[in-house]
Amino acid sequence: MNSRKIEILVGLFVFLGVAAFTMLALKVANAGIGGSKETFELNAKFDNIGSLKVRAPIKVGGVVIGRVENIFVDPTLYVPVVSLAIDKQYECKFADTTNVSILTSGILGEQYLGISPVIASESSQQSCLGQAVAQSSDDLDELFGVESKALKHGDMLRDTKSALVLEELIGQFLFNQGGE
Amino acid sequence: MMDLFQRLGRTTLDKFAAIGRATQMLLGSLFNLPNPRKGFPLLVRQLYMVGHQSLLIIMVSGLFIGMVLALQGYTVLVDYGAEDSLGPLVALSLLRELGPVVTALLFAGRAGSALTAEIGLMKATEQLSSLEMMAVDPLKRIIAPRFWAGFISMPLLALIFSAVAILGAHLVGVDWLGIDTGSFWSIMQAQVSLEKDILNGLIKSLVFALVVTWIALYKGYDCIPTSEGISKATTETVVHSSLAVLGLDFVLTAVMFSN
Amino acid sequence: MSESIVEVKKLTFSRGDRKIYENMSFTVPKGKITAIMGPSGIGKTTMLRLIGGQLKPDSGDILFEGLSIPSMSRSELYQTRTKMSMLFQSGALFTDMSVFDNVAFPLREHTRLSEALIRLIVLMKLQAVGLRGAKDLMPAELSGGMARRAALARAIALDPELIMYDEPFAGQDPISMGVLVRLIKSLNEVLGLSSLIVTHDVHEVMSIADHVVIIAKQGVIGEGTPEEMLKHDSPLVQQFLQGLADGPVPFHFKANPYEQDLLNGVQS
Repeated sequence: MNSRKIEILVGLFVFLGVAAFTMLALKVANAGIGGSKETFELNAKFDNIGSLKVRAPIKVGGVVIGRVENIFVDPTLYVPVVSLAIDKQYECKFADTTNVSILTSGILGEQYLGISPVIASESSQQSCLGQAVAQSSDDLDELFGVESKALKHGDMLRDTKSALVLEELIGQFLFNQGGE
Repeated sequence: MMDLFQRLGRTTLDKFAAIGRATQMLLGSLFNLPNPRKGFPLLVRQLYMVGHQSLLIIMVSGLFIGMVLALQGYTVLVDYGAEDSLGPLVALSLLRELGPVVTALLFAGRAGSALTAEIGLMKATEQLSSLEMMAVDPLKRIIAPRFWAGFISMPLLALIFSAVAILGAHLVGVDWLGIDTGSFWSIMQAQVSLEKDILNGLIKSLVFALVVTWIALYKGYDCIPTSEGISKATTETVVHSSLAVLGLDFVLTAVMFSN
Repeated sequence: MSESIVEVKKLTFSRGDRKIYENMSFTVPKGKITAIMGPSGIGKTTMLRLIGGQLKPDSGDILFEGLSIPSMSRSELYQTRTKMSMLFQSGALFTDMSVFDNVAFPLREHTRLSEALIRLIVLMKLQAVGLRGAKDLMPAELSGGMARRAALARAIALDPELIMYDEPFAGQDPISMGVLVRLIKSLNEVLGLSSLIVTHDVHEVMSIADHVVIIAKQGVIGEGTPEEMLKHDSPLVQQFLQGLADGPVPFHFKANPYEQDLLNGVQS
């Protein structure tokens, strides 16, 4: 067979392989938010994480903004700590009063982290980013004396809500019944 | 009794010698391609023989395996009302296991046996000897291009297999059984990771490519140059490489996917 | 004796437990046709592989143009092999190339000649073996004799010093055998090279050989010109040259006495 035809067919073969890879990477794995993007890390302590898994999505109002990076037990307090890898563009945007809870999608679905963000004040965002805080600011926070910080890499989230565990719920329900 | 030990010892030594010869062949050919001007056309030709010629069987098998997976998965999942999870079920089983493994098995049967028979026949018809006498290293000229062609082809074939199979599953799951196409893809995307699933699958198929091509070429290169010897070598290629692939798959899965 | 191109000195070679040659010596004179003859299955082809360096002897030495083949490094060996070529029994043409490409193969591998020049040389070589018209055929389309001639064209493509023929006449019809005999003779004269023929076809080779080596029983049993050989007083040589069925090499394979074998069969 002449070599030009072979070259074309081999080219077609390699092209198909590359096309398959592209399809798998984009359409099947969605490399968009795969972790290839830059993230920053936050930690959150919970009393109980239920069946939350590493790589579970982190959502704000249903939109995925990151994934659970790691789950471990705090060596001094013996409570589970979840580290969250969140898209870099949200760094210094949320205040440290932001609430994070472990939720379940559907009745039998997988568990994920839901964040209800509190938007950080202008000045705390700037100081978090390392910019000089505008001197002439008459910030509301300052007036009321509330110390709110914007969340940056390595910070700890305090306001957390643990996973609902069915047995505990039933136990609570029975206890309340008994009390009445 | 002594005879038994003697035979056992001899067989063991023979096996070691075979491994030694196989390694020698691998090292002698792996980084010993002819210069690019001559080597590239040889490589392209082998890519055609090994890769492109296996394309049809890979694509057809992939399509059917994807369709069967979707059909079987659906009947189980629908009982739990979780038929939307068909996407990740199919994608994960294909990318992690079936893609690399089935491709390697088909490759061993389609291309591996052909390589063994071709090399064996070259040996039987003294073409390899005659190359040597013409001061051309057969490892360089014959083995190396085939080796690299196998090594390049198999991961590509595995990717094509998985992609076609997922399309086949889409055909059955979405078009016939009525799963929503949006949730098919989006739940799949949420569950499948590029590094963990696709790249690990690729690494698997690279390892399989190395093993299957190596076995096929070695069996041909080392066969007894008679028609009986070649047929035995061809059978051995398929049997040994299938077993090697399945065994290695277990080891690789244990290393890659156990937390 | 004139200058020699190959010299085999006290060669011993065994394959597994079986000893093939023991303490064997002979020479191949330069510019002549040398025939190595002997009964089948005594490893005549092995001898060619030893000279080509594909096998290494257990002891002894093989000199090619005064250089020791067994002690050469790999690259030296490959260098030396460009000066010799071998015609295999089957021809060993590359089945995936046309006759033209087969003959051009050694030129393309070892020289940097232009395609136009290669074409010229290939056509000349094919003309020499009478196959110029078959240049575009594939090896599978050639008859056995033609395949061997095409292989011969390939063997002389690089103008070697020594051509080794492995059973060139085996399985050929009388016509192509005659053609080959004439070809070997004329190539040897025209190109001034040395030929080494391994064969057991006594008549054909005796007519063209200048020097004959007869091997049997792991060693050389006779060496000299064809005329000397015909007058040789060893019964083994005579049996071989005249093709007698029985003699020092017995007709019967080693076995138990005939009667005993037959009677045993009856008793059991």
